[in-house]
Amino acid sequence: MVENRPVLTFLTHAVLILGVAIVIFPVYIAFIASTHGPGTFLRGVAPMLPGEHMVENYSRMLAAGHSTSGAPPLWLMLINSTWMAIIITVGKISISIISAYAIVYFKFPFRTLCFWIIFVTLMLPVEVRIIPTFAVVANLGLLNSYVGLTLPLIASATATFLFRQFFLTVPDELMEAARVDGAGPIKFFKDILLPLSRTNIAALSVILFIYGWVQYLWPLLITTDTRYYTIVMGIKRLAAYADQEPQWNLVMAAVMLAMLPPVLVVIFMQRLFVKGLVETEK
Amino acid sequence: MARIELTGVTKVYPGNVEAIKNLNLSIADGELVVLVGPSGCGKSTLLRMIAGLETITDGTIEIGDTVVNKLEPADRDIAMVFQNYALYPHMSVRGNLEYGLKNRGTPKAEIAERVNEAARILEIEPFLERKPRQLSGGQRQRVAMGRAIVRKPKAFLFDEPLSNLDAKLRSHMRVEIRRLQRTLGTTSVYVTHDQLEAMTLADKLVVMNGGLIEQVGKPLEIYSDPQSLFVAAFMGSPGMNLIEIEQLQALGASLPDMVPANTGTIGIRPEDIVLGDAGPEHISLPGTLDAIELVGSESLVYGRADGLNKELIVRAPGIHLGEPGNRITFSIPKAALHCFDRDTGRKRVATANAA
Repeated sequence: MVENRPVLTFLTHAVLILGVAIVIFPVYIAFIASTHGPGTFLRGVAPMLPGEHMVENYSRMLAAGHSTSGAPPLWLMLINSTWMAIIITVGKISISIISAYAIVYFKFPFRTLCFWIIFVTLMLPVEVRIIPTFAVVANLGLLNSYVGLTLPLIASATATFLFRQFFLTVPDELMEAARVDGAGPIKFFKDILLPLSRTNIAALSVILFIYGWVQYLWPLLITTDTRYYTIVMGIKRLAAYADQEPQWNLVMAAVMLAMLPPVLVVIFMQRLFVKGLVETEK
Repeated sequence: MARIELTGVTKVYPGNVEAIKNLNLSIADGELVVLVGPSGCGKSTLLRMIAGLETITDGTIEIGDTVVNKLEPADRDIAMVFQNYALYPHMSVRGNLEYGLKNRGTPKAEIAERVNEAARILEIEPFLERKPRQLSGGQRQRVAMGRAIVRKPKAFLFDEPLSNLDAKLRSHMRVEIRRLQRTLGTTSVYVTHDQLEAMTLADKLVVMNGGLIEQVGKPLEIYSDPQSLFVAAFMGSPGMNLIEIEQLQALGASLPDMVPANTGTIGIRPEDIVLGDAGPEHISLPGTLDAIELVGSESLVYGRADGLNKELIVRAPGIHLGEPGNRITFSIPKAALHCFDRDTGRKRVATANAA
């Protein structure tokens, strides 16, 4: 589309900039708050420029944590979160790609029924089935463990569905050609299907990593030992101060650090991510 | 290299749909057999059964001297060329050619040698390191062929391999496939719905309809001596003109003596009809002109003979001019008539040449 209407260009950019500003502003405030000393933010007038306590705040949170609120050092929570997100991502992708492979390429009785059962049960978000899930995990003795943190979240209907849809677009002749070429089911999966799904896997990884990273309710329920705290629930602990004003500068430092890994993942995976979402050429 | 023997082959799909009905066919070593027929006639199903991509409900398929009914496609030692080529999109051309050999554990040196040889034969050497999506349709087609020939299989199976190409490339590749098959001498089964491909490629042509074989023979034999109404109408483009004999008799046309008893329909090739009066050896039918298609080298004249309910098509040499509505005379040479049985639609013994 070739258009040359200055007013329209101005208007569209104005809307765009306004939108970006609305999204960025809270993040900016959080950043500013994390660089000031303890009380600055409670005086009523929020500063707009960075203060000089940045290094102090961040190093304190990373190294020692906030012992009065019962939270471990941030680095531990960051590691926990990273582990959790990575295990969930890898687990979700391997399980769903294999089940999608089974559903699309193998004929077995009640195949469609299987698909719909997977689909329906897993469409329910964790929150809906949280009590029974908690009971199961608790009875298995998995409270306060990485297994307990990740296992209930590891199956994914969405990913299964996406892979199924993708596999359906792969021409049947490819599978037939592979059969004629002497590739059995495993070889076909490994040599043909997996490389073809590469961009889809990358795009999905980004989404699933962030999904795993932002988990709040489940870690909150399942971990009582501070060694297994994740960063997202940890922030809540920091802010919940009994009889005292929360130390916003420290909370915000934690928030900024919590935001960092997902942002990095998006930035580094962006090219693959976009490719995976728009790629149509087979 | 091997012969292929189909005995009593039947395919029944769930829901009791019979796609192939008790079919027998033998394909000699090194022969190129073309299966032709309208869509849904079972020709592709038959090919896929030979390949092992469809199960066989009944009967046996032998390749070489082995009954392959229960064998996986890979163990049948066949290679297949698909209509959409089915190249592995993420592998280079070389990777595509190598894949089947690698899976069979062929030694590396031999793989390289065979790939290079195939690339040389098909003139795809410059593209060996490219991905399929960087190739044109014709080049992809060659790679698909290459993937078949590196395997040095007992038989090639072609599933409408040229139908995704444009007309010019198609005729070029047709000649090439013929040449290649002759040079390699590999038994081949080729499925197509294209008349021209069927006529020009085949050592042996198999016309199929409704899961049955209508006629097997050399291409020209089938063209000049179709054994059933279906073959007469299907082969040739345009197909044979078919006239019901009762309508002719109602017109009082003098039928030649040699039309056998119980003939229901007579057929006449469009190129055999002469326009204008042509003498006593012809059945003369007056009629009107409907349309003319000028092809250049010849003209297709569509018209309707008075009293007949079907359009007649005449292939006239050169350029034939006329306006719709003009009166013309169709002269049908008695010697070129094909007579078909009233009840079975099979050919009646033609005594035409004796007359």
